[in-house]
Amino acid sequence: MRRGFDIKHYGGFFALTCLCLFILYAPLIIVMIYSFNDSPSITRWESMSLRWYRDIFTGVESEKFKVAAWNSLTIAISAATVATMVATAAAVGMIRGGNFRGKSVSFALISLPVMVPEIVTAVATLIFFSAIGFTLGTLSILVAHIVFCIPFAYLPISARLQGIEACYEEAAQDLYATRWQTFRYVLMPVLGPGIVSGFLLAFIISLDDFIITSFVKGSGVETLPTAIFGAVKQGIKPNIMALSTLLLLFSILLVTCSYFIGKRGEVTHSEP
Amino acid sequence: MGRAISMQALSGAAPAAAIVLRQVSKTFGDFTALSAVNFEIGDNEFFTLLGPSGCGKTTLLRLIAGFEDTTGGTIHLYGEEIGNLPPNKRPVNTVFQNYALFPHMTVWENISFGLQMLGWTRKDIDRRVGEMVLMVKLDQFADRKPSRMSGGQQQRVALARAMAPRPRVLLLDEPLSALDLKLRQEMRTELKRLQRETGITFIFVTHDQGEALSLSDRIAVMSAGEIQQIGPPSDIYEYPANRFVAGFIGETNLIGAKVTAVGKDVLTCELSDGEIVHARSDAPVSEGRAGSISLRPEHLTLSWEKPVGESLRGEILEVTYLGTDMQYRVRLSDRLHLDVRHQNKNNAIVAINPGAPVYISIADNAARFLVR
Repeated sequence: MRRGFDIKHYGGFFALTCLCLFILYAPLIIVMIYSFNDSPSITRWESMSLRWYRDIFTGVESEKFKVAAWNSLTIAISAATVATMVATAAAVGMIRGGNFRGKSVSFALISLPVMVPEIVTAVATLIFFSAIGFTLGTLSILVAHIVFCIPFAYLPISARLQGIEACYEEAAQDLYATRWQTFRYVLMPVLGPGIVSGFLLAFIISLDDFIITSFVKGSGVETLPTAIFGAVKQGIKPNIMALSTLLLLFSILLVTCSYFIGKRGEVTHSEP
Repeated sequence: MGRAISMQALSGAAPAAAIVLRQVSKTFGDFTALSAVNFEIGDNEFFTLLGPSGCGKTTLLRLIAGFEDTTGGTIHLYGEEIGNLPPNKRPVNTVFQNYALFPHMTVWENISFGLQMLGWTRKDIDRRVGEMVLMVKLDQFADRKPSRMSGGQQQRVALARAMAPRPRVLLLDEPLSALDLKLRQEMRTELKRLQRETGITFIFVTHDQGEALSLSDRIAVMSAGEIQQIGPPSDIYEYPANRFVAGFIGETNLIGAKVTAVGKDVLTCELSDGEIVHARSDAPVSEGRAGSISLRPEHLTLSWEKPVGESLRGEILEVTYLGTDMQYRVRLSDRLHLDVRHQNKNNAIVAINPGAPVYISIADNAARFLVR
């Protein structure tokens, strides 16, 4: 390869990369560092302590955070589970269903929510819920989350399914498996890593959703993001930094898991 | 007389043919993949569908397996119409071109899959899978995943998996095409052995004429969605029905010719440059008919002096060394070239130089006149 084509030798490549990385990660790193600050000020460093981590679990606001975290977790797990099931069915239908009328329209409908501005979805969902007289609360959050998580779960599942040749399913049916047995014993295990990454993506999207949740939650119900936002409105305390750091670590853990599951899937899936 | 009757009685009592296809056709949109195919495959037969890619042979196999629906016609398996059954209701199994081994299962689990789906008991499954891994000599590898095995081993797993449920007919879709030459030859022998030992009817799809000739009891040569000829390998090779079959199976010289006289079983034909060649034809041919003559290169012999009997005169254009054989291209006239092949058992004629004048003699009955 000629030297000129290697992106590393473009002028300013290194400086630009450093700048991007700095803007992306510096705030996160500062938050992480200051979460260990002993001072009630968010800007002045005093000394190292776990004071604010203790505060999350035992402080004045701890009860509020615990309820919000529990809500976030249960909603994220349920929404991701339902969304993953719907998305798996949709992917199998879209990719294995042959050519049917309205296939491209279906695909557009499934993936459109990813592109629609979230605020539009939020307002529309709120108007829809109040129009049909749906009481706002945990259930309305759950329904809204299921709906907007489906396209996020659909993308990795359909991507993986597209890479699986139809011959495995043909082989299963040839060996006397019914359609359900074919799905259960052959397609699902092979598709497994895709399903897991779809689930994790939906889970993360649901867990950190703020806009839609704040529109449809009604009063009294809080998820972690809305609770944090509420706390910040009364002034940023270092306990928010500690909470954010914990959330960040949790996300990193999930993404890492998803990466390794995907990787393991590739190895077992290798072709002759 | 008595013998003829008993023969008839025997054939009357013979079991129904393994597969009977009647007017089977398949279209994909505007594309006709198969047009009105008819044939029967006998019990215990090693039957090969041979043809170039896109000729419809794999489509035909997929119709029998049930992966595609027929557009028209019927498929009977041992007297029972199976054309409308889903694949899991047909007592046939398939060995796929890329094996399609389940990547998340071990060899043992792969082979037992069909038996589990059929609801065999644990004990029967274990006994049968044990037999199968021994049969394909993979008992050492039963706990391995397919991705950790060589192509040849995967091929044997695919065979064992398809044969474990004791299918009445085994369908093989170019099973050897992914293997290298050495392994392919080994697996040929292996396939033939398995077919003989199990007595299962094999329907084998290939584009490799060598495989087809060496393995099959009968071959159906296909092209453009139609059966061109069905017969035992030697018939297909020696008595091709048309230009396509003659050209596709082995090498041949196809030269335009016109029938000038029709004898008792020999036709007198005039080549385009005026030379006269005597040929045979299976189809009835009348005088004046235009067609082609097929001459296999190995049925032709070169000599310096004019030989006794029929011969053609020409000069050497090109000499090619092929290992076991020497191939000579001989110019008869400006428009007519013939390839001649000699086996390399002596070096007598190797020293021929291009430009040397030679005579070509044609082996008895070797020239075939083909109408189309």
